[in-house]
Amino acid sequence: MSLQPVVFPGRLHRAGRRVRDWGPAAAVLVGGIVAWQGLVTALDIQRFLLPKPTEILSALRENWSFLRGAGLYTFWEAVGGFVIGGAVAIATALSLARWRPLGRALLPYAIAANAVPIIAFAPIFNNWFGLINPVSKMAIAAVLVFFPVMINMLRGLTSVHPSSIELMSSYAAGEAATFRRVRIPNSLPFLFSGLKVASVLAMIGAVVSQYFGGLRSTSLGLFIKDRAALALYAEAWAAIVVASTLGVGFYLAITLVERSVLRWHPSMRGVRAE
Amino acid sequence: MSADPIRPAAVSLRGVSKRFAGRGGEGVTAVTSIDLDVGPGEFVSLIGPSGCGKSTLLRVIGDLVAPTGGSVQVNGKPAHQARRDRDYGIVFQDPVLYDWRTVARNIALPLEMLGWDRGRRAGRVQEMLELVELTGFEGHHPWQLSGGMQQRVSIARALSFSPALLLMDEPFGALDEMTRERLNGELLRIWQQSGCTVVFVTHSISEAVFLSTTVVVMSARPGRVVGIVDIDLPQPRTVDTREEPRFFELVTEVRERLRKGGAAEALAEEELLLVEEER
Repeated sequence: MSLQPVVFPGRLHRAGRRVRDWGPAAAVLVGGIVAWQGLVTALDIQRFLLPKPTEILSALRENWSFLRGAGLYTFWEAVGGFVIGGAVAIATALSLARWRPLGRALLPYAIAANAVPIIAFAPIFNNWFGLINPVSKMAIAAVLVFFPVMINMLRGLTSVHPSSIELMSSYAAGEAATFRRVRIPNSLPFLFSGLKVASVLAMIGAVVSQYFGGLRSTSLGLFIKDRAALALYAEAWAAIVVASTLGVGFYLAITLVERSVLRWHPSMRGVRAE
Repeated sequence: MSADPIRPAAVSLRGVSKRFAGRGGEGVTAVTSIDLDVGPGEFVSLIGPSGCGKSTLLRVIGDLVAPTGGSVQVNGKPAHQARRDRDYGIVFQDPVLYDWRTVARNIALPLEMLGWDRGRRAGRVQEMLELVELTGFEGHHPWQLSGGMQQRVSIARALSFSPALLLMDEPFGALDEMTRERLNGELLRIWQQSGCTVVFVTHSISEAVFLSTTVVVMSARPGRVVGIVDIDLPQPRTVDTREEPRFFELVTEVRERLRKGGAAEALAEEELLLVEEER
């Protein structure tokens, strides 16, 4: 049997390419779940160590209405923290890049602050903003989001080819024009890699800060903690699956925005003229 | 380098020097006591060994680097004012195109800075694309073009607002020999069409002789003008120009001057070493 190259016309071609792009990853996912199920069954692994995927799936179905509500609420807290942290980070990066002495004075502290285990502040933030106030969770997410976004954006704003700046000054361009036309566009690819890391961190921040208390009906984190304490591991896993799915979805959403904003970027297309 | 009695010199340097402050030490003198006049419409090349400060000198003319001594006049006014008035266009060794802009919008960048409206910009961009023979590539992004095409976009951008002066810092230095010679020819055509003055930095002797009306020979650091060679090859220059005996004579003359400059410099360096040993 000989393999013929398959020519897909138009939309079919695009679908074919999508299968080629995503096929291997999907196969790994399915294979992984099947192997998980098989191994847990074959090795007779205790339920409290690792439940079977089928058990997790049925726990997911049984708790669906709660998990959906709490999941969306948690997601909202993560997104809120992401927006607040991201906005402050972008504003900070812009100021540090614009006023270099400010950067030299503040950057060491920003870096030192990043070394602080931020999750450790969750009980304190709960106290500051109120246990059942979503702002306490958003604050943790926001602090986690701040550093990767700020540092990436700052690098993008400052790692501009010196000739690019000379070119702008040959046009007698002021700082504002140089930022608008050179530094900010140059920083966008950096910003998006920061935002992608931050989207995942925001979800982690929201879920983990819920471990320290919150409203029972709206907390994936509390649900995981409680069910694990009651040895209902399949249910805890079901909540983890929901949190992970939302985290991945958040990441993919940022990737989609990146793709439309950075359509000009060499990594987004291939072909060269000549 | 005849001084026109009516029109002011395009570039006039008097006793220009530039010293870069070094770390803790003496610093480096890039160029020293440079006197130079470039008449309107001339094509002047600055040539010298690497590190002779020719790029620095170009930046001093463009007011991108402040001289530590001497005076710089561009179009009869101080260099700073000339930059404010956008009197010159500049082309670097790298094309310095913005990846996030299409070819058309890269060319239009200075026009945006000058506040031209969209329609006027679009018209001029088309003219410039024709001038550098890139019509049809306006929607491409820089990274989709070859190095030679990118540099042509860069030239189109520099000329888009019809500056009286074009500063070029080794613009073809990163290109292969064949592309370079083709672009040399194109540059001469563009220079004649636009009537602008060009100050061109290069370390290629044949390029300098082929393109220029005058070649300014500089010595190694600290850069000084050690010779001025008038290039009397007839215009317009063609591929055959490079094969004329006069072309080779001029290449030889520039090379001799460079060698003398280099030898003088080597001597100066030996003297410095002796002084240091005596300490």
